[in-house]
Amino acid sequence: MLVSELKPWQEILGYLEGESKVFLLGCKGCAEACQTGGEAQVLEMKQKLEREGKAITGYSVIDFLCDRALVKMRLKAHEEEIMAADSLLVMTCGIGVQATSAVVDKATHPACNTINLGGARGEWRGSERCRECGDCLLDMTGGICPLTACSKGLLNGPCGGAKNGKCEVEPQVRDCGWHLIYERLKRLGRLDRMKAPATFKDYRRMEPPVHLRSTIMWALEQEEKEAAVR
Amino acid sequence: MILKEKLASGKFVVTTEIGPPKGVDIQEMRESAELLRGKVDAANITDQQSSVMRLGSLAGCSLLKGWGIEPVFQMTCRDRNRIALQSDLLNAYVFGIENVLCLTGDHVFLGDHPEAKPVFDLDSISLLRAAKTLEQGQDLAKKELKGAPRFFLGASVTPGADPLEPQIIKMEKKIKAGAQFFQTQAVYESKRFEQFMQAVKPFNVPILVGIVLLRSAAMARFMNKNVAGIFVPESLIEELEKAESKAKKSVEIAARLINEMKHMCQGVHIMAIGWEKRVPEVIEAAGL
Repeated sequence: MLVSELKPWQEILGYLEGESKVFLLGCKGCAEACQTGGEAQVLEMKQKLEREGKAITGYSVIDFLCDRALVKMRLKAHEEEIMAADSLLVMTCGIGVQATSAVVDKATHPACNTINLGGARGEWRGSERCRECGDCLLDMTGGICPLTACSKGLLNGPCGGAKNGKCEVEPQVRDCGWHLIYERLKRLGRLDRMKAPATFKDYRRMEPPVHLRSTIMWALEQEEKEAAVR
Repeated sequence: MILKEKLASGKFVVTTEIGPPKGVDIQEMRESAELLRGKVDAANITDQQSSVMRLGSLAGCSLLKGWGIEPVFQMTCRDRNRIALQSDLLNAYVFGIENVLCLTGDHVFLGDHPEAKPVFDLDSISLLRAAKTLEQGQDLAKKELKGAPRFFLGASVTPGADPLEPQIIKMEKKIKAGAQFFQTQAVYESKRFEQFMQAVKPFNVPILVGIVLLRSAAMARFMNKNVAGIFVPESLIEELEKAESKAKKSVEIAARLINEMKHMCQGVHIMAIGWEKRVPEVIEAAGL
């Protein structure tokens, strides 16, 4: 499962600054189980944003937002509502946000942080897209994750090592992640996101929090270990 | 005058770079330094250039200083996390090394230890910010320092990048993060460099144009094929191919490029990549 938690409210509001119309997307998979992006949370988010003066042009809760093909198909029915919005607020894991960005030519904002539990790929299995870093950056990078898309995991823009849009590490097959991010932000008219001040990553957040480590299975293993010592 | 003061006074500066040896025999490095002393304003010591393990940049800078040349400490983020990077910035300062060129660094896959763990905890921009933070008497964890260092911070930029816009966005971010001068990737087209300089004019920051000595036509073709942001025009490659003495031609081309571009920028950074001993010839041929 891809475990997610909602980002702090002020962070979400910050992403939506200067925007008045928002389309909401939820997920009936892991995000529903985590109570971060199921129908109930989407409706609650709708109310909270309306109280902040935002207009919600529509919403949809899709079975698995990490399934790119499915997202593309389901969003067809909401095309007008999405085009009427300034952006989409996506209430799920980092893969769901990236799957949405891959099929919609609108800015996407992540509403959640994805917590590290060892690297799940969701239903979009082509490659690893979310490192479950616990501090989702996808708002800043046009819905393309720099930790997985850039071979160096750079946070502040491209290095000098790209040629013809390809990364020098594997020039035949690997796109420069920051080239993709630049092209997408340019298309969305949001290059200002790339100019944001230097970002530092808090790598502590890549450790799963203790309440997630302390499952029944984990407790059993601890007991086994203690028994072996005795 | 030191590099910082020369650039502030508007003097056209000449810098070069020296790659430390793989091992502890520093004889050749010393000979290069002897030849360069008094001819260049400063020399960079590369930091595990191309991700190939060798003698370190900080030790090289310290030696260079002892041999009478002002060093520029190149630092990459490939091999050290933020604890080690900040510590090495402090180390440099206590050795009297204040010029620091902050780079992201090549990926380990391109070097001679491709199995190593690439670090990249910071990148060129966050490294500049880290150095700036130390100058203010704090570290990145906001803990107070006992004595704050001072630096003259440099960064790199690729004028030949295509597209150029992301490079320029990043260059502006580097300046905001603390970069006080730039040394560029190699340039072989003065027209293109002029356009670049026009685009970055509002930044008002000293720029040293990068010149890599072309050792042969094969090297030029290799760079065109493999090195990002470098383009050697076919006319230069032909010139090299036809030349009787490649070394002479190489020096002549470098001097010509410097003369074409020196009025556009604040200095030149000559990268000899093994031909350090020819750098004085280039300087002389360019009339600097």
